[in-house]
Order: sequence, then C-alpha cells, then structure tokens
Amino acid sequence: MQAVKDTWTMTKRSFRHITRSVDTIITVVIMPIGLMLLFEYVFGGALGQQTGTKYINFITPGIIVMTVASGIAYAAVRLSMDMQSGIINRFRTMPVAPSSILGGQAMSSTLSNLFSCLLVLAVAFLAGFRSSASFGAWLLFAGLLALFTLALTWMALFFGLLAKTMEGAGAFSYLVLLLIFISPTFVPTSSMTHVLRTFAENQPMTPIVETMRSLLSNGTAGPKLWTALAWIVGILVVMYVASLAVYKRRTITTGN
Amino acid sequence: METAIAVEGLQKSYKKVEVLKGVSFQVGKGSIFALLGSNGAGKTTTINILTTLLKADAGTATIDGVDVRQRPEQVRQRISLTGQFAAVDNRLTARENLRLISDLHHLPDSAQTAAALLQQFNLVDAADRYVQTFSGGMRRRLDIAMSLIGSPSVIFLDEPTTGLDPEARNDMWRTIKALAKGGTTVFLTTQYLDEADQLADQIAVLHQGKIIASGTASELKRLVSGSHITFTFATEKQCVAAKALLAKHYQVASDGVTLSVIIDGTTSQVAQLFAQLRDSHIEPTEFSQKVPTLDDVFLKLVGTAKEEK
Repeated sequence: MQAVKDTWTMTKRSFRHITRSVDTIITVVIMPIGLMLLFEYVFGGALGQQTGTKYINFITPGIIVMTVASGIAYAAVRLSMDMQSGIINRFRTMPVAPSSILGGQAMSSTLSNLFSCLLVLAVAFLAGFRSSASFGAWLLFAGLLALFTLALTWMALFFGLLAKTMEGAGAFSYLVLLLIFISPTFVPTSSMTHVLRTFAENQPMTPIVETMRSLLSNGTAGPKLWTALAWIVGILVVMYVASLAVYKRRTITTGN
Repeated sequence: METAIAVEGLQKSYKKVEVLKGVSFQVGKGSIFALLGSNGAGKTTTINILTTLLKADAGTATIDGVDVRQRPEQVRQRISLTGQFAAVDNRLTARENLRLISDLHHLPDSAQTAAALLQQFNLVDAADRYVQTFSGGMRRRLDIAMSLIGSPSVIFLDEPTTGLDPEARNDMWRTIKALAKGGTTVFLTTQYLDEADQLADQIAVLHQGKIIASGTASELKRLVSGSHITFTFATEKQCVAAKALLAKHYQVASDGVTLSVIIDGTTSQVAQLFAQLRDSHIEPTEFSQKVPTLDDVFLKLVGTAKEEK
C-alpha cells in the first residue's frame, strides 16, 4: 500500500511540473494538429483519392499516435532534470518505496499524453472526423492507446536516464516520429517504393496505426491486432527492464 | 555517551581505484562530527555508504545500532541527507517542497508541518515563490528544513556551506548548532578547517581514504608545536638581554631585534612572561602571538602522510 501512496505523491509532483509549463502542453498538441490540418486541407484533396475513404478519417488514428510520440519527449526531459539535481538522492535516502520514483514519472506522462490525445481528437471532430465504431471498439482503442502510451513513456524514461544533458533527452522522439511518417499514416504503403514499402510493412508503427484505424473505421481490430500488441508489449518490457538497469547504474554515485 | 554512528573498517573501490582503505570512527549521540578532508579524500563516498546510497566492499556501519547494509529501510527512517547539490525541487514552491517531503513521510498534516518549518527557517515571505528564484542561502535553508521532516535522529550534511556567501554561511552554522542542541546528531563533511573548528565536537581528518587523525579541535591543534609569542625590541642589546633571561625557562630563538618564545598558550604563562620582562626593565616595542590553526595541523598531517608513503 505504501508503494501506491508514494507513487501517487510522486505523480502529483510530476503533474505540477506539467501543468506549470503550459507551453509544453501546447507544443505537444500543436504539431499533430498542424499536420492534421495541413494534410486534410492542403494535401488531402490529392492524397485522399488513394485511400478510398474520407481522408480525415484515414489520418486521425496516425495523428493520435503522433501526439503520443511528440509528448513523451517531455517525460524524458523531466526525468533528466531530476537525475541532474540532488532530489533523487534525497528520495533514495528516505523511507520511500523505490518503485515510486520512476513510477510517478511513468504515471504522469501516460495520463498527460492521453489528455493531449483527447485534445487532438476534439480538433479532429471539428475538422470533420466521424466514427461509427461501437462503444466496445472505442474502449479497445482507448486501451490500446493507453498501453502504447505507457510503452513509449518507458522508452522516454530510458532515454531520459541515459541522456547526459537535458537537451539531448528528448531527441529520440524524432526517430519515432520518422517511423510514423514512413507508415501508412498519411498514405497507404502500396503507394511507396519497393524498399520503403518493405520497411514500412515491417516496422512497429504500421500494425499499431492500422489496428487503431481499423477499430475506429469499421469497429473491428483487424488482422494486425496481435502484431501490434506484440510490438507494444515488447517495447514496454524491453524499455522497462532497460530503464531499471540504467537507473541502477546511474544512481550508484561515482563521485568521491 | 551513547553511540549514534559506528563505522568499522570501511572499504570501497571504484573499479581499480581504492577510495576508502579501512575507515573507522564513532559519533556520539547529539554531537556534531566533522569529516575533514580535501577534494577526493573520500568524504562523499563515506556519506553515501552511511546514507544507504552505496554499498561498501568491506567493513560495517551502523546508525543507532542498525546496520546500513542489512537494514537500509530501517536506517532511512532514522536519517536524512542534505547533499552537496541542494536536493530541492526548483519547479515547486518552498511550501510545496516541504509538503511533498511530508507526504512521502506519511505525516498526517503536511500543511501544518510546512507552515511551522517555513516559520522556523525564516522563509514565510518566500513560501509561495518558485524555488528557482531563490538565492543559494535560501535554497540551502529550505534544503535543511526538508531534511528535518520526519524528525531524523541523524542528519548528514555534505559540504553544507560550499558556495555560500559569508552571511549565509554564518546562518548555516547557527542552524547546525541549533540542531545539535535539540538533540540531533549532525554528521558533516567539509574542506574548510575553520568550519570544523567552529562547529564540531569531534573531527576526523580523512586523507586518501584513511583517517589520519581524530579528536577535538584543540586536541588536534596540540599535534603541532604550541603557540609562540614574538617580541620586537628597540635595540639588539635589549634583545640579547631578554633572550638570556627567558632562555632559562623557555625555548627561545632570536633574530636581530626579534625574539620568539614558545609557550603552551595559557594566559597565566603569558602574564608571567611579561612580568619577568618588566621586572628586568626590558620593554619590548611590539609583540605578537601566533596560535596554531587547524590549517597548520592539516598541512602537517598531510605532509607526514606523504612521507610515510
């Protein structure tokens, strides 16, 4: 019970940091919203014809995945800031559940990113996004998104722990964004060159984006659900284990 | 006196570098203990082991009789650490920092705990400002205030005044003395000799991973030759006369019109010295007294340690 209580205290602390830098919340959602509007209104006319469906409905799931990818960078920066101050050592010498230190960061990042997703989804609705998915399909979508956010959050914590500088901590998220661009988020992979298509069809973002799209467009998870889940759980487990290992190494003080 | 900290044969190496080579000492309950040493002597490593951050390779350490290696959770209930870099959250206010620590200690009324400490550490006006805007001294005060939450019986301060201006340093010294007066055991590290001199009941000098001397400040000062008084006379003749007179009782050395007399530092001896000169109608034009400082002690000890190597 102590671990739950401490994790909640740490989550509240981290939430204070988040709500106090409103600019970061805006930066997180502005990029996906901007891209959504750009693709829908500028490129949508040309690209939309290839997708065989309403273009905003086609891109929204990928845009939401993108929101998470751009948001987690801040979790890495926040943790990196903590690691460079003495506060982690204070926590470690207190009767505090050790798991709450990283756990609080993971909780706050997951919850705040899901909130960003909600904002982006609201704008998508304004831009004409509609879904006929059942409540059950939405629930599955939300669950998948939450698990995905948690997995990427642990990836962020891993890079936050690894980074030597705060500025470098968030850089990895550009790689994730790149993967999303080379996925069927904006155009079907069938329109890509052969090499790119092979890559796109075998990288993690593709099954994730396609499963989410399938859930929102026809209410079924589609054929890629298990591949998507395998990637998400895989990333989560690997990043969780790797983060704990780096945390252990970095918190063994090497000073005098 | 009851023992608050007992350390026996502590050893620690990083890769192939031996940082601690068998460190032993004891700290009495409610006293101020200073671990004195230059950069790289092993001070922070010692603190990290005692505060459960780091595991020793060999040796034992107990806090209030609880082994730091075997029962780290119980040790954490009894201690608090104020590290070299202020362990405060810059992105929260002072009040929020205090309430955070109070919540992590599961105290029933964090608001009241925070209010009382803000008062005690003269931070009421700055209570709701972000710590980011604080001066170094204020940040240190908040740091110590946070360390007091949960009523630890031993407080560890790693170089508590490094980087502070003289006024903030005096503030910190007062705070540390008040803590010990209230019954808390204070373990501090410092590279400033005057700090150890001012504050500590017991001092241990750590040099290259070994304790090379320990005792009270005055015990350590006795390790170097005592104080001496230097007289200056108007003429060389007077100086020679004074030397002849005082050489019967004291160790003296003269150079032209100046004469140095080694004394034990007691006032009665100084008074006697002046009386003897007056009775013989020898009047010095100037005099000065040199008292050994911990600097002398430190330099001598470190010098000896080098020779032994």
